Amino acid sequence: MARRAFFWLLPHPFLTILLAVVWILLQNEFSAGMAVFGLILGILIPWGTSIWWPDTPSGFHVGRMFSYSLMVIWDIIKANIEVAWIVLSVSNDKLKPAWIVVPLDLVQPEAITILAGTITLTPGTVSADLSDEGHSLLVHVLHTDDPDSVRDEIKTRYEARLKEIFT
Amino acid sequence: MTGQIIATYAAALSLLIGSGFIMVGVIGLLKFNDPMTRLHAPTKVGTIGIGMLLLASLLHSYAIGGSSMHELLIMAFLFVTAPVSANFIAKVNIHQRSCSTPPEPPEDDTWSTLNSPEGDVEDTASQKG
Repeated sequence: MARRAFFWLLPHPFLTILLAVVWILLQNEFSAGMAVFGLILGILIPWGTSIWWPDTPSGFHVGRMFSYSLMVIWDIIKANIEVAWIVLSVSNDKLKPAWIVVPLDLVQPEAITILAGTITLTPGTVSADLSDEGHSLLVHVLHTDDPDSVRDEIKTRYEARLKEIFT
Repeated sequence: MTGQIIATYAAALSLLIGSGFIMVGVIGLLKFNDPMTRLHAPTKVGTIGIGMLLLASLLHSYAIGGSSMHELLIMAFLFVTAPVSANFIAKVNIHQRSCSTPPEPPEDDTWSTLNSPEGDVEDTASQKG
């Protein structure tokens, strides 16, 4: 009973904390009144909008998400330098852009969204489209000699980790 | 005092690196001749270029004695919104057939952008006929 009351009042507990933290950061200085107001907003907004997202993703590992974010930031820096070199050194007619199709094992929409966002943020690859039933992701690569290895890297490096985050 | 001097120099250095990457992004935008490859340039500017400029702003606010956390929020919002706009530009490119046709997906019928309802297909066919 207490559990049902808790989830009626806080349908998305993680979102509540996130909204409160964003509110405090927006104020730029910490005071108790602002923290309380942030918490009130963090309770009211998820409660008022909960009809539009009925499915809370179950089993979300925050710790693994944190190490995943660090890895992605490192990959972004590394890939930025590679792509900058490609832009400056490879001429247009030698450029080999390619479409690659990544078959998806992930089923949760949130996990697929994070995977597509990661692929776009990493320079050199842009996620372009999802197939109509959601089983594969279309990715455009700027310059590659071996499209299959890019696909395998996305699957082993990002998708396998995201499957562990959303279990 | 030395900490603030180091922060000032570090801010200048990250400004230089950030504007260097933005410069490369602009060169890419001008140089590539295909809409899909051109899309790769802004994703680079959006991540490390803006990231280094925001880092410079953080370091500078530390050097003049204040502290500001807004940069972290800007970074977070940028990382959430940049892939969405890139995805929409890619979808428009596929929809207008302004790029090479993507390969068929292995399991499903078609890509969701190319999946038009039956009525629309008939309408365009009758307009052509």
